[in-house]
Amino acid sequence: MVGITSYGAYIPLYRIQRMTIYQALGWLNPASLLPGEKAVANYDEDSITMAVAASVDCLNGLERDKVDGLFFSSTTSPYKERQNAGIIATALDLRPEVRTSDFATSLKAGTGALISACDAVSSGSAKKVLVCAADCRLGKPGGYQEEIYGDGAAALLIGDKDVIASIEGTYSLSYDFSDNWRAEEDKFNRTWEDRWIRDEGYSKFIPEAISGLMKKYELKPQDIAKVVYPCLYIGAHAGIGKNLGFERSQIQDHMFTSIGNAGTAYPLMILVAALEEAKAGDKIIVASFGNGSDAILLEVTKNIKKIKDRRAIKKHLDSKKDLGLYEKYVTFREVLPIDTGGRGEEVGPTQMTILWRERRWLTGLCGSKCRRCGTPQYPPEEVCANPKCGAINEMDDYRFSDKKGHLFTYTGDVLAFSPGPPAIYGMVDFEGGGRWVFDLNDCELDSLKVGMPVEMSFRRKFHDLARHHYVYFWKATPIRA
Amino acid sequence: MAEGIKDKVAIIGMGCTKFGERWDKSANNLMVEAFVEALEDAGIEKKDIQAAWSGTCYEETSVGKSAIPLSVTLKLPFIPATRVENFCATGSEALRGACYGVASGAFDIALAVGVEKLKDTGYGGLPQTDSQVGTSFRFAFPNYTPPGMFAMMGTRYFAQYGLTPQEGKHVLARITVKSHHNGALNPKAHLRREVTIEDVVNAPIVAWPLGLFDCCGVSDGAAAAIVCRADIAKKFRSDPVYVKALQIAASSGEEIMCTDWDYAHVESTVKASQRAYREAGITNPRKEISMMEVHDCFSITELTIYEDLGISPRGRAKEDIQAGFFDLDGKLPCQPDGGLKCFGHPIGASGLRMMYEMYKQLQGKAGPRQIKNPRFGLTHNMGGIPPMNVVSVCIAGL
Repeated sequence: MVGITSYGAYIPLYRIQRMTIYQALGWLNPASLLPGEKAVANYDEDSITMAVAASVDCLNGLERDKVDGLFFSSTTSPYKERQNAGIIATALDLRPEVRTSDFATSLKAGTGALISACDAVSSGSAKKVLVCAADCRLGKPGGYQEEIYGDGAAALLIGDKDVIASIEGTYSLSYDFSDNWRAEEDKFNRTWEDRWIRDEGYSKFIPEAISGLMKKYELKPQDIAKVVYPCLYIGAHAGIGKNLGFERSQIQDHMFTSIGNAGTAYPLMILVAALEEAKAGDKIIVASFGNGSDAILLEVTKNIKKIKDRRAIKKHLDSKKDLGLYEKYVTFREVLPIDTGGRGEEVGPTQMTILWRERRWLTGLCGSKCRRCGTPQYPPEEVCANPKCGAINEMDDYRFSDKKGHLFTYTGDVLAFSPGPPAIYGMVDFEGGGRWVFDLNDCELDSLKVGMPVEMSFRRKFHDLARHHYVYFWKATPIRA
Repeated sequence: MAEGIKDKVAIIGMGCTKFGERWDKSANNLMVEAFVEALEDAGIEKKDIQAAWSGTCYEETSVGKSAIPLSVTLKLPFIPATRVENFCATGSEALRGACYGVASGAFDIALAVGVEKLKDTGYGGLPQTDSQVGTSFRFAFPNYTPPGMFAMMGTRYFAQYGLTPQEGKHVLARITVKSHHNGALNPKAHLRREVTIEDVVNAPIVAWPLGLFDCCGVSDGAAAAIVCRADIAKKFRSDPVYVKALQIAASSGEEIMCTDWDYAHVESTVKASQRAYREAGITNPRKEISMMEVHDCFSITELTIYEDLGISPRGRAKEDIQAGFFDLDGKLPCQPDGGLKCFGHPIGASGLRMMYEMYKQLQGKAGPRQIKNPRFGLTHNMGGIPPMNVVSVCIAGL
């Protein structure tokens, strides 16, 4: 039996009310107002960092050494050349003998990666494949898409042991339907007319894929516990389910008014939300929408009860902070070219040799632990940092990224440049030993206390604009949920 | 234990520029200004100098790398010249080079010059060091500034000793008020105005909990010392100042990597001062030290230095601060010249600027800031940040 063996998700802390966007730019396009709010990645987040966060959630309590495949899907991967999945695998400290691939350019890339992972495990070429999807898409300021797109990520581990939801079948459609597109030179998405997208694409492809799947596997609507598909238009979303013969209770909540349309990650995020409430025996259909559609049939097993300690969707949805200002949103997304001051302009050259040589500690947050005295230390040392020990070259690797920490001390620095001032940083003491000074994120200075628990999150450290290089590192975050 | 350099080296001449925003002067101009004063003070000629040490930290905005800018600017005649750099302790490092060179017997007379031209940076505060600080800092450290790294010592100190931020900030403000009082009396200081506790605690925050007045200024400046063998010092002047101890200690890494260090003190200061007291033969620093110039880059730094030097008991510096123990008319005046607080901190110059004040005080030439009958003056010069640093402690006397 091949299927999902674990799940995880990530929704950034910040949300922006669509009314906030409308208040800033509604004068341009008075008919653009949509209800609710959407999730917004922090200035140091992107598709890679969100995929890492969802993957960390998915792998909680599992042995990372056993993962032998990582498929990353996104249409907003930071790199066009340099494998994004490879950065994620290094951040997760997966072993190098792992098959990594990027799935891209269509919003159905998430379900595409899931089907490919299932095929890889079914064929026996891989045992455990981590599928992660994330998106952080940009609509032009003042347009519909800006209100529609939300940011988020999902991760699913695919394997053939301890399966919580078996993959029973798939049905795929490919149509060169240009509803949204973004060419080489575009920062923002472009779209064709909404009515055409809704009536000729969205309301046709998803039903065609789902009904095709149901016909292929001889299923009736009443056999299905939950049907999962993305929302582009709230009314049309309900119409799709209704026309397929599903009751409202069978249609999994689309979260369009709380997260927004999170691109390739979106159907998988809704699927994770469905799995959080699923019980053994439930049949779930998940379908994507993007240049066609993939529909996948899943059957939940009794192992579903064994999945614990996942933030997944529910906990991430409850943990949120209103961004407040539209101007912050466009600053975080580098849409508004702000004055960083002379201090913010100074970014030294990013040395690829260093990032390669030191990848395990810079990207993977791995330090060392002294075999003689047992002291964990970061960065990895050759000479033991414990003054009472003195061992040289008696170190084992030691991963800090999955360790909890406590905030030993902190500050909010107004002098340092930060797109989200003040720059908050502090010294973190890790449970089990070891300490370092880290940036803190997703928090307010006033909410911090000496001794409070923190966890590590993978973030963009800086954007080397002169060389178009994103440098990632780990930051400390107050525990969200 | 090695015998040290106590009473082997004498300072016979010193110079110090006016510190401040010296928009019309280059780093080279400032070196000349300090050097000329030192040369005249020593009453020697340039040809008498046998070796030179140059201290600069941010060579990119200052004179450039190596000792060549010093030797070329001063037209030193092919003598040995060396540039030293040890972050903010650079000035003391230059002095140490000259003193150790003389103490070793290699030279009779040596020169130390420290200079920094910070106001060519283009923005406030110290220059970003993004590409110059090594892998750990560049890729694995917050985009920090010095106020932030020292502010964390405030956060931690307050938590450890049970001070509310408000109480803590009031204690720190008392330090600043004291230094501004002294700086106002000093024509060479950059900031020359008295401030009140209210001014300090209500100032805008730079890095919580430190406000603007908790931070030292950012200035241009240079200072110089001419040192010679102690046994020939009286040939040049009747009141040479003798080096009693000159110690330096650098972090071992345990502070930032192991969880024992409390971030409420600086271990290098403890180690350097203990060695310096031993070298100078001082057993009770609280009683024996007459005055000191310490590295008050931030108010919290000065507070913890009182404890690390063994002057105030751990966690109880506030009692001495509030009792006026460190005031100009107190038992152990600290920052009689106004300190980094009022001079600002042209990195390479600061350690020598501290010694300049001790030297003038010991000679009774400190004017309205003169301390009565000083015996031992201590300088404390710290480079780096509380978790990783280098600290120099120097004791001078008659």
